[in-house]
Amino acid sequence: MHEMSLTEGILRILETEAERQRFSTVKTVWLDLGVLSHAEPEAMAFCFDAVMKGTLAEGARLEIIRTPGAGWCMACAREIAVGSRFDPCPACGGFQIQITDGEQMRVRELEVA
Amino acid sequence: MCGVCGCGQATVEGRTAHDHHHGHDGHRHHAHGPEGRHAAAERSRILRVERDILGRNDARAASNRAWFAERGVLALNLVSSPGSGKTTLLVRSIADLGDTASIAVIEGDQQTSFDAERIRETGVPAVQVNTGKGCHLDAEMVARAAADLSPGPGGLLFIENVGNLVCPAAFDLGEAHKVVILSVTEGDDKPLKYPDMFHAADLMILNKVDLLPYVSFDMERCVDLARRVHPGLEVLRVSATRGDGLADWYRWILDRRAEAA
Repeated sequence: MHEMSLTEGILRILETEAERQRFSTVKTVWLDLGVLSHAEPEAMAFCFDAVMKGTLAEGARLEIIRTPGAGWCMACAREIAVGSRFDPCPACGGFQIQITDGEQMRVRELEVA
Repeated sequence: MCGVCGCGQATVEGRTAHDHHHGHDGHRHHAHGPEGRHAAAERSRILRVERDILGRNDARAASNRAWFAERGVLALNLVSSPGSGKTTLLVRSIADLGDTASIAVIEGDQQTSFDAERIRETGVPAVQVNTGKGCHLDAEMVARAAADLSPGPGGLLFIENVGNLVCPAAFDLGEAHKVVILSVTEGDDKPLKYPDMFHAADLMILNKVDLLPYVSFDMERCVDLARRVHPGLEVLRVSATRGDGLADWYRWILDRRAEAA
């Protein structure tokens, strides 16, 4: 379950930011998690609670924002919505799709004290 | 080792592979009492951060990539489920390519150094990385192992990732290419079941084609499904034991090495 490693990545960001921006407690973490990213929201939430125990973010709330997927259909030459990596283009039914959005795993905002 | 996640268990041939602590010693376990927390609660503020959670790994991967480029080393990250024949393919490739290239190998497994021992028997240097509870190699582990191996100019560095079609897709190691190996005994629908991996790879090797008469594996369907998640994905049909397709695999490697040099 690589979500554990990813959550440790979040903790490192929190610790770095705590030093840089001078705060001691994290109360809320807003996380952008694209629908085409490498992480499952449920697994992230589970790991988040475990990893944050005993840290500056113990008991913090995790707010996951599912950002939509988008791609460029090379056959239609236009942008389309992409729900999963194996969805065909809704217009032409083809699979010549370049993913352009929805892969992000990013800490967007923090509520800190 | 971290009791929460099992990280920090990873070893590069007996040494710890992680230099980060996840702050376990530095965690403010008891630094804030209830009063401190209460006081802090009154002055909360919102900060815009916008930082990728794989940022640290990706930065390390970028420095690995620069290091490989500087030396003209072609690094390939071999990914697959367990038992696809990665190590057998590697041993055979080393035997056949050993005269034309200097080769080094990083072996990733949760436990044991069986694979590194198999590789060393061929006469090329290999470093075993044991990830402990970890399910993938990361860029830091590769940086340390690669420094130990110090591959020479124009060399090939094969990184055999932990057998797992999920987690290694997310972690850039600084390789030039990910190569996904799928054996025909595994089922032709794997590219749709594990789309991230087939999307991340630049080459798909269909291994064990000598077993095709004994299994129901639709080669065309498999390739079609893989190209749905990765249009234009290159595919080679190989039997690492019988030798089918190996010449194509070696040509692919040597062409990529020429690009890296």
